[in-house]
Amino acid sequence: MTEPLQKMEAASKLLELKNIDLSFGGVKAISNISFDVMEGEVRAIIGPNGAGKSSMLNVINGFYHPQQGEIWFDGKQRRSMKPYQIAYQGISRTFQNIALFKGMSVLDNIMTGRFTHMRKNMLWQALWKGPAEQEEIENREFVEDIIDFLEIQAIRKTPVGRLPYGLQKRVELGRALAAQPKMLLLDEPMAGMNVEEKEDMCRFILDVNDTFGTTIVLIEHDMGVVMDIADRVVVLDYGRKIGDGTPDVVRNDQTVIDAYLGVSH
Amino acid sequence: MFYRESGDFKKTYQKDSQTFPIKFDRMRYYFVLAVAFLVIPMFLTDYMANAVMIPFLVWAIAALGLNILVGYTGQLSLGTGGFMAVGAYATYKLMTAFPGMDMVTVILLSGLITAFVGAMFGLPSLRIKGFYLAVATLASQFFLVWLLNKVPWFYNNSASGQISAPEREMFGVIITGPHATPVAAYLFCLVFAVALAWLARNLTRGRLGRSWMAIRDMDIAAEIIGVNPLMAKLSAFAVSSFFIGIAGSLFFSVYLGAAEVTEAFGITVSFAVLFMIIIGGLGSIFGSFVGAAFMVLMPVLLKNVLVGGMGWPTDLAAHFEYIIVGGLIIIFLIVEPHGLAQMARVLKEKLRLWPFPH
Repeated sequence: MTEPLQKMEAASKLLELKNIDLSFGGVKAISNISFDVMEGEVRAIIGPNGAGKSSMLNVINGFYHPQQGEIWFDGKQRRSMKPYQIAYQGISRTFQNIALFKGMSVLDNIMTGRFTHMRKNMLWQALWKGPAEQEEIENREFVEDIIDFLEIQAIRKTPVGRLPYGLQKRVELGRALAAQPKMLLLDEPMAGMNVEEKEDMCRFILDVNDTFGTTIVLIEHDMGVVMDIADRVVVLDYGRKIGDGTPDVVRNDQTVIDAYLGVSH
Repeated sequence: MFYRESGDFKKTYQKDSQTFPIKFDRMRYYFVLAVAFLVIPMFLTDYMANAVMIPFLVWAIAALGLNILVGYTGQLSLGTGGFMAVGAYATYKLMTAFPGMDMVTVILLSGLITAFVGAMFGLPSLRIKGFYLAVATLASQFFLVWLLNKVPWFYNNSASGQISAPEREMFGVIITGPHATPVAAYLFCLVFAVALAWLARNLTRGRLGRSWMAIRDMDIAAEIIGVNPLMAKLSAFAVSSFFIGIAGSLFFSVYLGAAEVTEAFGITVSFAVLFMIIIGGLGSIFGSFVGAAFMVLMPVLLKNVLVGGMGWPTDLAAHFEYIIVGGLIIIFLIVEPHGLAQMARVLKEKLRLWPFPH
């Protein structure tokens, strides 16, 4: 990464979480966490299993509503919202376990990602010819660009259920990108991939960040990958934030090392 | 050999996304339409119209409707009979209350009324899924039939509790009532079936259809993409009920002429339509037609073979018919769980490469 600090100074905060508290019954998943995400950066969330990383994404995404704390997105404080309303605000994501639409082709999956950009109502769609078809074609052109970008031209009409794991992950990234999000949440985009597929995925993530300027928040377990592509890293452990900063700072932080390697007593 | 797509390059996205991308398919589709509209009416006997063609078209419309809900949106429903009854009774009330109204308007309005009722009964689908939803829709089936039986206003206080369709004509030809000509009735149903199939195709190929399928395949992912689950499910219930309402309306006014709700629109109807789409193929428009054809034609065919061909007594043949149709359903489901439409798809894939499979 080239001069992450410089990049940050120029940018403004896209997302800011203030003192988030989330509990399920008596279990505290997240306690008093605050961090921010700058516009255009790659922000990683790391931490051991059960640290609350996925819960954090679900909070940003609107699946979970924190009991306390404020979420500021794009300069506005967010009121309580449903996930589909948040999609209209410009946040999209991928899942840890692939959540593609199994019965649909690659093309249809990515076209579904354009949902928030299509406006024609049911009557126009029922007629098809005319505005609805026009809109469909415009969006198809955009989707074809994404298909080119992810190099999946050959499989565009294949049902996603038939594809191997690595390609499915790529299609899911495509679907998230189709929404032209301001912010992209990636939940373990490289889990279960071999080195080659991981390299491909890294390249796509960095390309997305570079060419579209999309802000990226990712959860990843592969430390090598995180240290390579993230501008800044948040470290969680047992629902608390134990580290925050550039990869180099985090790597040398004693609490972080303790959390990962354990402390000798 | 002749079934080739090579050399048939699509240069625009419009061409690429047409319903029948292969020329041969397109031609065959136009051919079937031409036969249905021009050739069949010339040879249509009363028996053929009343035992085969009209019920086939009516059930195909109902199957299309249910397929939108079950096959495309993944919301299991056992309320089809009840919704068909709503369509039928709406038609009856409209025909008797506004004698001057033409039949197309009556049937479309009946469809809209059913759509509204269907959307109401679709509300629980936001909270409950799968089998539990099936039970909830089963409740709607019994409730609607009970309601239409209980309140005399729905059948204009007639002593028998029956509703019967008054005579109506379109372009000077009688299409409902006892004096209707079978050809006119057939063509009337055919126009609806073709128009509704076209409508179903349009709705399922675009934004709305994709939101339905997204809800079916992975509702959580659908939501983060921006699909409002309430709107997707309710619109599916409404559109599905619109189709089913029209089917019920045609079933009563054009096919039966007179109906009694528990008999004509009981739970067996709900199951029959569900069987049609399972056999035909879930999530396929072609499958809806094939499934309806199977369920309508098979009993007729068996009756003709057993009674006419082999000289069995009618009652024995009638019982064997149930056994054979039931057995065939099981065999079909084992051989191809995705229905006859999937079989056709596989056949097509093979034909594409035939006779050189590599």
